[in-house]
Amino acid sequence: MSTLTFRSVSLRYPPRAARAGVGEKLVLDGIDLQVASHELVAIIGRSGSGKTSLLNLAAGFLEPTAGTITVDGVPIEGPSADRAVVFQDDALYPWLDARDNIALPFKLKGVPLAERRARAEQLLARVGLADAGDRRIWELSGGMRQRVGIARALAAEPRFLLLDEPLGALDALTRTRMQEFLLRIKAESGAGALLITHSIEEALLLGTRIVVLSPNPGRLTAEIEAGFNAEVLNGASVAAVKASPIFKRMHAGLTGLIHASAEEEIAA
Amino acid sequence: MTLSTDIDTLPQVAETGEAERPLKARPLPVAIISAITIGVIIAAWGLASAYALVSPVFLPSPRQVVLALYNLVVTGFVDATLAEHVGASLYRIFGALIASILIGIPAGIAIGTSRLGRGILDPIVEFLRPLPPLAYLPLIIIWVGIGEASKITVIVLSMLPSIILSTSAGVRGVSKDHVNAARSLGASRRQVLREVVLPSAVPSILTGVRIALGAGWTTLVAAELVAATSGIGFMIQSAAQFLVTDIVIAGIIVIALIAILLEYVARQIERRLVPWAAHR
Repeated sequence: MSTLTFRSVSLRYPPRAARAGVGEKLVLDGIDLQVASHELVAIIGRSGSGKTSLLNLAAGFLEPTAGTITVDGVPIEGPSADRAVVFQDDALYPWLDARDNIALPFKLKGVPLAERRARAEQLLARVGLADAGDRRIWELSGGMRQRVGIARALAAEPRFLLLDEPLGALDALTRTRMQEFLLRIKAESGAGALLITHSIEEALLLGTRIVVLSPNPGRLTAEIEAGFNAEVLNGASVAAVKASPIFKRMHAGLTGLIHASAEEEIAA
Repeated sequence: MTLSTDIDTLPQVAETGEAERPLKARPLPVAIISAITIGVIIAAWGLASAYALVSPVFLPSPRQVVLALYNLVVTGFVDATLAEHVGASLYRIFGALIASILIGIPAGIAIGTSRLGRGILDPIVEFLRPLPPLAYLPLIIIWVGIGEASKITVIVLSMLPSIILSTSAGVRGVSKDHVNAARSLGASRRQVLREVVLPSAVPSILTGVRIALGAGWTTLVAAELVAATSGIGFMIQSAAQFLVTDIVIAGIIVIALIAILLEYVARQIERRLVPWAAHR
């Protein structure tokens, strides 16, 4: 079991302004956050609250201005396969077919061609795309692309999945189906997950814990536990869960929290 | 990635009105208009020579030019057939192309990926790029003589800037998400370059190669006019000295046709090699 830990993490951007303080902006301020292997922590907040910056820090694409980010106590040094990212606009490689996209992490590790193709086939089957290995990326629908993206991230055998609004660009129907898919895949993989989303509904449904980020600068303002993902994993239908009174009540509560942080900002 | 823009692909307002006016004749396809234009030019040329409006020494009839072309293919001119002249020219251009790809792509990568590379190579490329190749041809002849090496050197120099610049633009234009994805999947710097940056720069590199071929062809013919003992440019130059105008015109037509052919082949290769370029 692994833990990804943010300790008093702050981020100023751009990191090296021409003169210290000039044109700089405090994006994230004093973030304390833990994600364990069994968790799916959903980060929610309005635009400009620094959600994506938080994920980029976890991925190692950005360095914190202050504070530390550790995996099992070891400070992270840049990006690494133990924190694989799934991007909103999939970031698949159009010069590779679906199978070779998924096989890339194996190739990076030096796995021989035949073996990495076979392992990619297994992952394709796992994400429900057993026959799509030869397809070019642009021949796949948005939902299929995200499945390939998720399979590629799993191929890196990460300890944490960093999900940057992976379902944000999908139509409503596909999105609902993918939410359930994402939950099952995450549970099977045994990896911890950090999910960035701007959908309160999605955060509630998927998250074991939901963290609210308020903007200017980004601060954690609320943290709530949720158990709807377990219900879905135990066989409850997504539609039924979303229609339940308690889901609606928590949805209203979270909406209120996010709006409150917006009003505070206007008042200030 | 193509650098050409086609007005016809833009939505045309005039066409939307067509449904309401079904009686209006369909506009002629552009290809037909082009064919008519060429026909009119040849007809005007034919008439001008038939009625001796211009001395046949300066403007032979289209028939004479076709005959000259036939003779060029069968018996040749200045000790070589047309095929041998064209072969000599193509040998130079492809030799130069290989050399400039081998030099230009690594140089472009250096400019696109490293500050040091950019600092060293940028001024050289920027100096070379706007220079007409014929401006440095005399110097190259002084340095490497009048043989094949001087012509290939000049062509290489004329091809290099477009290959270098398109490579560095391609390298710099790589999607940030694509690079970050590879890094988060465990790629080292070298692996990012090989697995992501280079493949994603290929469409841009191929565009550069196509432009370089055009530039190289122009330079080649010009270089052969000045200093050569074979080649299509040399053939025209020799013919001009003896006032064999039909061969001069036939040669010009051959040069144009080869240029069109090279462009066509390069486009086909692009389409074959990077079908995904249109889908990024």
